Amino acid sequence: MSAPLIEMRGITKSFGAVKANEAVDLSVAPGEILGLLGENGAGKTTLMNVLFGAYAPDAGDILVEGKPVAIRNSADALAAGIGMVHQHFHLAPRLTVLENLLIGIPGKSGRIDRAGGLARLAEIGRQHGLSLDPNLPVSALSVGEQQRLEIMKALFRGAKLLILDEPTAVLAPSEVDGLFAALRSMAGQGLGIIFISHKLNEVRALTHRCVVLRHGKVAGRVDDPANTTSAAMAELMCGHEIVPPTKAASAPGASVLTLDRISTAGHAGTPLRDVSLFVRSGEILGIAGVSGNGQRALADVISGMLPPRAGTMTITGKTVTQFAPRELQALGLGRIPEDRMTTGLVTNLPLADSMVLPRIGTKAFSRKGLLNPAAIRAFAEEQIKAYDIRCPGPMVRAGALSGGNLQKALLARELAFDPKVLIVSQPTRGLDIGAARFIHEKFLAMRAKGCGIIVIGEDLEELLMLSDRIAVMYEGRIAGTLSGAEATVAKLGLMMTGAGHTEKAA
Amino acid sequence: MTAVFEQIFQVGFLAAIIRIATPLAFATLGEMFSERAGVLNLGIEGIILLSAMTGFTAASLSGSLWLGVLVAVLTGMLMGAVHALFTVALGLSQHVCGIGVTLFSSGLAYFLYRLIFGQQSVPPSIKGFKPVAIPLLSDIPILGPAVFSQFTLVYLAIIAVPLAAFVLYRTPWGLSVRMVGENPRAADSAGVSVIATRFQAVILGGALMGLAGAFLTMAQFNAFTFGVVSGRGWVAIALVVFGRWDPWRSAGAALLFAFVDALQLRMQASGLGHIPYEAFLMLPFIFTIVAMAFMSRNAVAPSALLKPFRREER
Ligand SMILES: Nc1ncnc2c1ncn2[C@@H]1O[C@H](COP(=O)(O)OP(=O)(O)O)[C@@H](O)[C@H]1O
Ligand SMILES: [Mg+2]
Repeated sequence: MSAPLIEMRGITKSFGAVKANEAVDLSVAPGEILGLLGENGAGKTTLMNVLFGAYAPDAGDILVEGKPVAIRNSADALAAGIGMVHQHFHLAPRLTVLENLLIGIPGKSGRIDRAGGLARLAEIGRQHGLSLDPNLPVSALSVGEQQRLEIMKALFRGAKLLILDEPTAVLAPSEVDGLFAALRSMAGQGLGIIFISHKLNEVRALTHRCVVLRHGKVAGRVDDPANTTSAAMAELMCGHEIVPPTKAASAPGASVLTLDRISTAGHAGTPLRDVSLFVRSGEILGIAGVSGNGQRALADVISGMLPPRAGTMTITGKTVTQFAPRELQALGLGRIPEDRMTTGLVTNLPLADSMVLPRIGTKAFSRKGLLNPAAIRAFAEEQIKAYDIRCPGPMVRAGALSGGNLQKALLARELAFDPKVLIVSQPTRGLDIGAARFIHEKFLAMRAKGCGIIVIGEDLEELLMLSDRIAVMYEGRIAGTLSGAEATVAKLGLMMTGAGHTEKAA
Repeated sequence: MTAVFEQIFQVGFLAAIIRIATPLAFATLGEMFSERAGVLNLGIEGIILLSAMTGFTAASLSGSLWLGVLVAVLTGMLMGAVHALFTVALGLSQHVCGIGVTLFSSGLAYFLYRLIFGQQSVPPSIKGFKPVAIPLLSDIPILGPAVFSQFTLVYLAIIAVPLAAFVLYRTPWGLSVRMVGENPRAADSAGVSVIATRFQAVILGGALMGLAGAFLTMAQFNAFTFGVVSGRGWVAIALVVFGRWDPWRSAGAALLFAFVDALQLRMQASGLGHIPYEAFLMLPFIFTIVAMAFMSRNAVAPSALLKPFRREER
C-alpha cells in the first residue's frame, strides 16, 4: 500500500468534562474508503471536525502525505486537500449553486470568477459524473442534490481526502446507491474517503477498512469489513453483544384505527389522496415510501394536526375525523413525531416539562389550574430511570440531550399512558444500533400488550423486521399493501417508485 | 388645488427629493451591508449624529470641508468597529449593543460639542458645500437642474448605489458577506473568516453612516444641532427591510420616503395652513409604517441576522 494520504496521531479533544476523543490514531491511503464507526456520541464527528480544522485538538498531530501540518481552521484544511461534507449541510439556501461553490474562492480582477467556476464545474462533471444546474438556488434542491453539491464543493477545492459525516442518514435507499457509485468512482481515481455511518450493512458494502470508536477511544479496527459479520462490528461498537429482538407470532385483534378514503389539501408537502388503511390491536403496520410522498400529511391527519378535506377516521369505532390533538390523545392516541427537535420537544425548556407537555392540563400534573411541579418532576425522574435516559437530570434543557436520549424521552412520554394506537415517524433515524434496538423492543412489547402501532419509515429493513403488514405510499396514495411474510426489500423498493402497483386495498 | 400642485411639481421639488434622499441612501446602504453580514446595527442613529458632529467640528476648525467628511467617515468606521467588537467578536446581543452604541454616541456628540463650542445662543455655522453643476448633463431640462446641479456628496450617493450592488453581487468579498449573513458555518467551512468578514461589513456600513452625518452638517444644514439626525437612522433601518436588503431597492425606498417627506414640506408651506404642521410631519412616518406593513410580508431577512457565530458551539 502507498504512503498514507492522511494520518492522525494521538488526537485528544475535550469539551469541558467530556472527553470526546482520546488518543485516537487513524490513517487513510489514497484510493481507500475508510469506515468510521461508533455509537451516537462516540466522538466521530468531533474527530473529523478536528481533521477539518473546525475544532482545535487538545493534543495530537495531523500528517498529510507524511508531513506534519498545522490545521488551525477550515482554510488550512482545504489548502491541505481535506474536504468535508457535514452531517448538517453547510449551504446558504438562498444563494445559487454556483455561489455556494465559489464562496471563499479568490476572484479574477476583483470580480467573482463565474466563467472559471463554470469551467471547473464542467470538469467535475466529466471526471466524477456529478452535475447540478449552477443557477438554481440551493433551496430548490432536494436533500440528495444538496449533498451532491457539498461533495462538489469539496472536489471544487481540489480535495484529496473527502470526509462524509453520516451521508446516508438523510438519503432514501435509492439515493444511497447513487452516492455509493460516485464514492467508489472517486476512490478509483485515487481520492481517499472517510465514511461515517452506523449502518453496518452500508459500511460492509462500501468500505475497505474500518476504525471503530467507543467513548472517544479506538475500540477496534476491522481490516476486511466485507467479510466481517455485522454482529461482530456491532459488538465492537457497543462493547457487548447485540441480540436481535424476538418477535412473537402475530395475533391481531379488532381494528383500533381506521382511515376511510382520507384526502387532504393545504399542507406543506404532498397531500393525501383517497387514503384508506387500518391497524388492528396487537399489530404493527409499516408505512414505507420515499419521504415526501404524503407521509407527513398522514402522520398529521392521524394525530389531529391536519383536518382532512374528505373521508373519515375512526379510533376504536368512534368517528374522530375533526378531533383536535388533545381529544385524540384522551382517546388513547400516542404520537412520536418525525422531527424530535421542533415538533417533539421544546428544546429550551427543562426536559421534565417537555415530557408532560401533551398532558400538562390533566389531573396528573396540575391542580386547580396550576402546575404541580413536584408531580412533573417525579414523573420525569421515574421515566428517566425506567428508560435509562442519559442526562444530568430532569431539569436539564431538553435540547442538550443527544438524539437517542431525546427519542427515549419521547417514547417514555407516550408509552407511560398506555396508548391504544401509536403513530411514529422515522423512530430510529440517526440512532445507533443499541438505541435503535431498545426502541424496537419497546414497540414489540407494546404490540404484545395490544397496542396498534403505525411505523412510518424509510429504512426498509427496520420496517420488515417490525411490521406485520407494510403499506407503501406513493404520491399521496397507498400504492399497495403487503403482508410481513410476502414483503421483501426488492418488492417494496419497486412499489416505492410507483412501479409494480398492487391493487389490494390496505 | 391646482395652485398647490403647481407649487409642488417643479424643479425645486425634484431637487428637494434628491437632497432629502441622499443622507437616507447613505445610511440605508450602510445598514444594509451590516445586516447582509448578519449584524443588525441599531447604533446607526447615534453613529450618524456623532459623525455629523465630528465632521462639522473638523470642518469648522480646519476650514476644510473634505477634511470634515474624512473625519466623519473615520468616526463612523470607528463606531462600527466598536459595535462589531461587542456583537461579532464577543457575540453579545445585537439589540442591546446597538442601542448602547446609539446612546453612547449621542451622549458623546452632545458632550464634545458643548466642550468645543460652549453654549451659544445662535449655533455656529460653516460655509457648507456648494452645488456643482455637471457640464452638459445639467443642461437637460428639469432633470438637469434637479439632479445634476447638486452637491458632490449627492453624486457620491448616486454612484454608491450601483457600486454597492457591484460589490455585494459581483465580488468575492460581497459573496462572503452574503454567505456569513445566510449561513456562517458554510462560510467558515469554505475557509472564509466569519469574524473578519462581519467586522469589515459593519465598518464599511459605519463609513456610509458617517457620510450620511457629513451630508447633514456640511451640505444640508451647515450647522450642528442636537436634532440634526432626528430619526433618519431609525428610518434607514425600516428602509432596509422595505428595500429587501438589496442596494437598488433600498435606494428606491430612500427615494420614495424622500418623495413623501418633500411632499409634506410643500404641503406645510402651501395653502393648507389651517392644519397643524405636525400633522404633515407625521406623513412620511405613516407612509413608512404602511409601506412596511404591506411590503415586509414577503421580505426575508438574512437567515443569520442577529445570530452570533461561535465556532465550537452547536
Ligand atoms: N460542540 C460541542 N460542545 C460540547 N460537547 C460536544 C460538542 N460536540 C460534541 N460534544 C460531545 O462530545 C461527544 C462526542 O460527540 P460527537 O463527536 O458528535 O459524536 P458522534 O459524531 O460519534 O455521534 C458527545 O458526548 C457530545 O455530547
Ligand atoms: Mg456525529
